[in-house]
Amino acid sequence: MITTEEVAVEKTPTRRIAIENVSRRSFLQGMLASSAFVLCVGEFPLLAKAARNGASGLGAAGSVGASAFHPSVFVGIHTDGMVYIVAHRSEMGNGVRTSLPRILADELDADWSRVTVVQADGDAVYGSQDTDGSHSVREFFDVLREAGATARLMLVRAAAQQWGVPESQCVADPVHVVSDKSSTRKLGYGELAVLAAKQPVPKKEELKFKPPQEWRYIGKPAPGYDVTDVCSGKPLFGMDVRVDGMLYAAIAHPPVLGGKVKSVDDSATLKVIGVKKTIPIDPFKPPHAFQPLGGVAVIADNTFAAFKGRKNLKIEWDNGGNASYNSAEYKKELLETARQPGKVVYSVGDADAEFAKGGKIIEAEYYAPHLAHASMEPPVAVADVQGEKVTVWSPTQNPQGVQEEVAKALGLKKENVTCHVTFLGGGFGRKSKPDYAVEAAVLSQKTGKPVKVIWSREDDIKFDYFHSVAAMYIKAAVDGSGMPKAWLQRSVFPPIGSTFNQTEVYGSAGEMSLGWDVIPFDVPNFRSENGQAVAHVRIGWLRSVANIYHAFAVQSFANELAYATNRDPYDYLLAMIGSGHVVDGPKGGSPEMAKKYPYDTVRLRRVAELAAAKANWGKKKSGKGSGMGIAVHRSFLTYVATVVEVEVDDQGAFRVPHVYTAVDAGIVANPEMVRSQFEGAAVFGTSIARTGEITATAGVIDQSNFFDYQVARMNDAPRHVDVQIVESTAPPAGVGEPGVPPIAPAICNAIYAATGKRVRELPLTRNGFS
Amino acid sequence: MVHFKVNGSAQTFDGDPEMPLLWYLRDILGLTGTKFGCGMGLCGACTVLQNGKAIRSCSTPMSKVEGIEVTTIEGISINGPHAVQKAWAEVNVPQCGYCQPGQIMQAVSLLSSKPKPTDEDIDEGMAGNICRCGTYQRIRAAIVTAAKETA
Repeated sequence: MITTEEVAVEKTPTRRIAIENVSRRSFLQGMLASSAFVLCVGEFPLLAKAARNGASGLGAAGSVGASAFHPSVFVGIHTDGMVYIVAHRSEMGNGVRTSLPRILADELDADWSRVTVVQADGDAVYGSQDTDGSHSVREFFDVLREAGATARLMLVRAAAQQWGVPESQCVADPVHVVSDKSSTRKLGYGELAVLAAKQPVPKKEELKFKPPQEWRYIGKPAPGYDVTDVCSGKPLFGMDVRVDGMLYAAIAHPPVLGGKVKSVDDSATLKVIGVKKTIPIDPFKPPHAFQPLGGVAVIADNTFAAFKGRKNLKIEWDNGGNASYNSAEYKKELLETARQPGKVVYSVGDADAEFAKGGKIIEAEYYAPHLAHASMEPPVAVADVQGEKVTVWSPTQNPQGVQEEVAKALGLKKENVTCHVTFLGGGFGRKSKPDYAVEAAVLSQKTGKPVKVIWSREDDIKFDYFHSVAAMYIKAAVDGSGMPKAWLQRSVFPPIGSTFNQTEVYGSAGEMSLGWDVIPFDVPNFRSENGQAVAHVRIGWLRSVANIYHAFAVQSFANELAYATNRDPYDYLLAMIGSGHVVDGPKGGSPEMAKKYPYDTVRLRRVAELAAAKANWGKKKSGKGSGMGIAVHRSFLTYVATVVEVEVDDQGAFRVPHVYTAVDAGIVANPEMVRSQFEGAAVFGTSIARTGEITATAGVIDQSNFFDYQVARMNDAPRHVDVQIVESTAPPAGVGEPGVPPIAPAICNAIYAATGKRVRELPLTRNGFS
Repeated sequence: MVHFKVNGSAQTFDGDPEMPLLWYLRDILGLTGTKFGCGMGLCGACTVLQNGKAIRSCSTPMSKVEGIEVTTIEGISINGPHAVQKAWAEVNVPQCGYCQPGQIMQAVSLLSSKPKPTDEDIDEGMAGNICRCGTYQRIRAAIVTAAKETA
């Protein structure tokens, strides 16, 4: 199970890596099994943890006996020279199947055109495979480099042995080949694989890591590994899985969270051509966590029949307690809570004492609604239960979560559940939650056949794990020069923790760390607070999570302060950031993390300067329907500044001709993917700002498809998104999410510059804009 | 019984006439390159060509396919990648890639009617195809590239 802490709170950065030579081990499967030389790379903390837990083998991938064994990565070399690299993270547009293997291939001096990427099944041996929280590169950068460097040294030693020359005389150059410096002799990696497999694994001290100026792939732009297959319509996605004898299922879920079937009439359903039967699915036992919602499944021999059959069901529901949920009322409650003192999250100086002195006080309230993920591929999974064994094919960010939840639901051992990870047609956090895979498994067990559960778009929107609605209140006291001397901010939202414990009403430390516990401004008296809120829908994490509403409030408020004190918003932002300092925050995280990734406002300042320079900030006149807005935010350890240009007509219709984003994500593995992620984040953020809103009436979600839950299209997305990547030697940070948070406040600030209308409530369509 | 062609092969169908072409292609023929996104013709993931022109297969019932020639993403590259697919790869358009077959089919249709599309033509032609990853900027660039290629 994932907790918000895992989403947000950083893990120990320094780790020791264990590398094992497993070349002739019987558990190797698939393409790796045919490789002559195979290394697996694990982490000592995991090994230690496994030992503590008495883990004794490899689980589903096969047994290696008593040694606790937790590789994160496999790399294999076949005698034909093909290098196989296992991708144990999920590909959902984040580019991990390209970026991660290239890090290893770089230190291995492998020829990228002779690398085959192998997608890992879900298996605890890999450690966490949970592809969220923008973790992939930053957690595995060192691991992958060490694996590559180890394999390279073993190949070099194999060549030295074969030629009977000192190791120092052999170099891995050109790629994929070891050369003898004193002659013209060369041996390809394939030719060396068998002998390399016989070398002892070198110690870390013996490894030579390449200096950054010699990197072949790291930091160099590369297209997606799978781009050709994707553009040819190959069956890569969960939606595309077909298994012999497979049945198709659509599920009528309870319209209100926690609802139950009172009665069902399926007579019209059973008359639909292709419908086989209907099967009730039990309601969950609270907390709902990742359990199926319950309802009635329609089993058919094709998707359409299942959908049509479902439409013909006559179900009477017992909606339960959440039928009291009306988001319009709830909004008032959240705003009211935000006006009252809350739980202190972090405090510096004495904000109240400063406020008591009087002077100029500025305050504002902000509100941002629930959002749905709406990945283009709705949730889908195929499961085949054969006695005690289950095979699942699923687009999932969390394959081990699939194993766990399916096992729990069916009363089987986790090791007996195989989860094949397909490509994900978008994820954005939704596909970290395996409820839909559990539905497929439950139905396969009940039918004795493989079952594909397909969620329609309506299912996806209505039964999501929603991004939380939030109300925020901010108050500042400014001095004569307009700079804040005291700052109080209070955030109220139904927390992600409510999904795992229905009594949870406060945000976790993890959620508060997403843009709320501290601010990057040089304010001597600061206090952040959190008020309570009861959840009435499933709450989950969505691309950049609480940063979305927190950055919206803080960056809007910073802009308001600038105008209230007659300052240019960009100059004012820089003045508040100051000359640079390390932002202190609540204690409790790992001191090593704080040391490796200090919150350094010099880096924030630099991205702000870069974005503003690129946008020609101040050179274009604002007002009369055109304007620029700026927002800065650090999330997932990455510093981002965004300048947005808008044009607004008399009717409030607006366009975004330009977005200028500058990003400092430390060392980047693949700048091409970084650019893509930030281009996409600008569009995702535009959807949030313009139209993103999920509401509920009597516990039922009001929206259902792309006509009432609109997302940005070609004609209303930002026309040009410019992404500047700061050259950095700092450790790699997150990339998939950090581009999102600054977009909504930057757009709203630009709209203020253009029209003089301040937007404190998202989406913009609620404020007369479209 | 309806008669029609898919990627040049003659097909017949006598099942539920309400079944959308999308599900026939995916579940019956096994051509899964055409994607399901919304079921209402709102997102374009299911775009295929009918006699060379883009249609939404999710909103085209099998009762309406008599005599038509359907081309799917699998059908445009029988003789090697289509110019649009090449441009898509060159510009590195896809992120998750799920919507891209529909985007590509829409772009093929757009370029067949407007070989030199303006920005406005691209906006208008592609506005029906949603990409949640937000690859629009690259889609636009790839269409421009493909237009040059095929000129």
